[in-house]
Amino acid sequence: MSYEVINHEYDVVVVGAGGSGLRAAVGLAEAGLKTACVSKVFPTRSHTAAAQGGISAALGNMCEDDWRWHMYDTVKGADWLGDQDAIEFLCKEAPQAVIELEKYGVPFSRTEDGKIYQRPFGGMTKNYGNGVVQRTCAAADRTGHAILHTLYGQALKKDTEFFIEYFALDLIMENGKCQGIIAWNLQDGTIHRFRSKMVILATGGYGRAYFSATSAHTCTGDGGGMVLRAGLPLQDMEFVQFHPTGIYGAGCLITEGSRGEGGFLVNSEGERFMERYAPSAKDLASRDVVSRSMTIEINEGRGVGKNKDHIFLHLNHLDEKILKERLPGISESAKVFAGVDVTKEPIPVLPTVHYNMGGIPTNYFGEVLSKDAAGSDVIVEGLMAVGEAACVSVHGANRLGSNSLIDLVVFGKAAAVRAAEKVKPNSKHEQISDQETQKCLDRFDKMRNASGNTPTAVLRDKMQRTMQSKCAVFRTDKTLKEGLNEIQEPWQGLSDISVKDRSLIFNTDLVEALEFDNLIRQSQVTVASAENRKESRGAHSREDFKDRNDEEWMKHTLAWHKDGKVSIDYRDVHNYTLTNDVQYFPPKARVY
Amino acid sequence: MVQFNLPKDSEVKKGKYYKAESNAKNIKKVNVYRWSPEDGENPRLDTYEVDMDNCGPMVLDALIKIKNEIDSTLTFRRSCREGICGSCAMNIDGSNTLACTKSAKEVNGDINIYPLPHMPVIKDLVPNLKQMYKQYQSIEPWMQSSKTTNGSEGLQTIEDRSKLDGLYECILCACCATSCPSYWWNGDKYLGPAVLLQAYRWIIDSRDEERKKRLKKVADELKLFRCHTIMNCTNACPKGLNPAKAIGSIKKMLVTEKSN
Repeated sequence: MSYEVINHEYDVVVVGAGGSGLRAAVGLAEAGLKTACVSKVFPTRSHTAAAQGGISAALGNMCEDDWRWHMYDTVKGADWLGDQDAIEFLCKEAPQAVIELEKYGVPFSRTEDGKIYQRPFGGMTKNYGNGVVQRTCAAADRTGHAILHTLYGQALKKDTEFFIEYFALDLIMENGKCQGIIAWNLQDGTIHRFRSKMVILATGGYGRAYFSATSAHTCTGDGGGMVLRAGLPLQDMEFVQFHPTGIYGAGCLITEGSRGEGGFLVNSEGERFMERYAPSAKDLASRDVVSRSMTIEINEGRGVGKNKDHIFLHLNHLDEKILKERLPGISESAKVFAGVDVTKEPIPVLPTVHYNMGGIPTNYFGEVLSKDAAGSDVIVEGLMAVGEAACVSVHGANRLGSNSLIDLVVFGKAAAVRAAEKVKPNSKHEQISDQETQKCLDRFDKMRNASGNTPTAVLRDKMQRTMQSKCAVFRTDKTLKEGLNEIQEPWQGLSDISVKDRSLIFNTDLVEALEFDNLIRQSQVTVASAENRKESRGAHSREDFKDRNDEEWMKHTLAWHKDGKVSIDYRDVHNYTLTNDVQYFPPKARVY
Repeated sequence: MVQFNLPKDSEVKKGKYYKAESNAKNIKKVNVYRWSPEDGENPRLDTYEVDMDNCGPMVLDALIKIKNEIDSTLTFRRSCREGICGSCAMNIDGSNTLACTKSAKEVNGDINIYPLPHMPVIKDLVPNLKQMYKQYQSIEPWMQSSKTTNGSEGLQTIEDRSKLDGLYECILCACCATSCPSYWWNGDKYLGPAVLLQAYRWIIDSRDEERKKRLKKVADELKLFRCHTIMNCTNACPKGLNPAKAIGSIKKMLVTEKSN
């Protein structure tokens, strides 16, 4: 079947309208570039809205602070897999980025002297690991929501051209260069081809590859899927963050800020077990450490509840006023999803998939990287990536809480600045063939008319359960090999997928099938990368290789996906800083 | 006598019935409004028997179970499933609310689900909210201030910041606007509770310098004064906010600040 294609020409197309996509769009508009922002959901529905605890920046409003301390914490949190030039850039730019958000109108909570309120967060320390610092800027426990709505307002102010409820299908690649994207308008069923000098992918993570995730249903890593189909690699995909406190059963997030405000975890013996695992930081150790400790407690029989399969988070000792002012959102979530009154009872929690440190490899300008035949980094022209979709890499093997919101705005802005340097407003577009467009539409049409016997939901469930059981907090050669094997089943199931809805308008049956296509590729890449990495680092914890092995493994994984097979190569970790304002932090043992 | 009838294609017909597997013990009937723009048929009400012993607690869980296991063509918006993104707003058991935070148990008898009332329907439970989004843009939801602070952060007292509580938390789900009779009749001109709540959020923000301009902009017979304090908005809000009070505050400011 042939589809009528509606053509558009823009200087830049941003795919995704969460925090990073919107911040990029605002910067592009300021630079005078003709910009389209394409999103499968209305911007304020993006998953940035669900970020709770805050945004990190060494403002020093509560106590002395220094961006270098923030940098050290991030390097250590990343278990030395982060690129230190990019981390320097992030931490140095962070204070100005937060000040800019305040000017945009974000309703930050305030201190007595009217400054932005900052709370303690996991892994955030003063003076290079010596004591807790209050660095995480908060708007109660709805910081992401407040930032997302504010950035949407800024984008409206700049008259950004939005294409809302357009589902991006594929990149248009020609001669190794990205020339635009193809998207499907859900509201009227039309197909659109956006030509652009630059595509910025801001499509978020792929948390829904797992059975239990704090991530929204829409977190299906569509940008990652598009990149893999374009024959480009993803980086460090084995690093999947489990947030210590997802609500048991429902999986909804309870912010780390709850521990920042004084909450703590206890096991079935009523013990504050984090004191054993992280004597100094305790409940505010970084997330991989806390999630592992909780898992060990449960595995050793000290879990709570009927099946001894979760942990309690106590907030009931906190002042009711603090709960009301600083943690109102999670108090409500606990009530709705766990039936718990946080002023009286503990919240049942469990480590839950939360964030992908891995993603589309970029430099700190946001330009997408691949590797040439000689093994050197090459920039993929016409393509950038920001936010959770990208791997800059500032989060390395483990992201610190509140470092993702700052990542969105710092690199969203940086990408806009870089795009403005590279793209001349209203310059002419190259002639391209229709071949790529046709290839994309063939895939779309095939999926739309898929008349196999297996519903998307069945394949997705199989994938999610495999990921959850074989590629979780602790991994072994055995579980990962089983995972590699089992994940083939839903991948092969794609050829027998069934889509019942044949329509073009708001066909969510087809959307879910296309999202599954994106998820399954990234799941395969994730398990293969995890099986390949024979060490423990950050969120990647191997019981058969318990230690970090800097000699062999201080390198980024690059993984390509072709016909269900994953091939792996590596990139060097940047062991240098951006400027002389700070010295490289050499690796050392990571103790909290 | 003149007879008034609704157009023929607006009549909701009885739809299909999907029986649960025979071994299900705790069955709840879920009646869902269905309409496709592509088949020329009237809307219909399909009934799905859902085995609640094998289903999550929320109405959204039931809808997802139906889509996953019974009928993948059922169409609705959803995303965060924790009441923060506002995607899954719909009319459940006669009230507008979020499917993800509405407990199925709270509904006595069958669960009746319709799209948000009085909005054009795109398909099944998916309403077209373009009008509200356009109105949202019209109130200029961004900070307007000429203050330069030379790279240091702007200040706000705790007291001034607290005035934004109960306002900034709005998730733009449209439960309030689409429960308001004034918005039903005059939605093209009346801004409605969600947008007025946000207008007030910027009017009352101590950091914004265009309070007067903002007030003047909404001080309109239709834009603002179509609110007749029916309070459906406040009753409907799934986040416990009070748009009616915010609208009242704007009206009051217009009286008290008129002399300025």
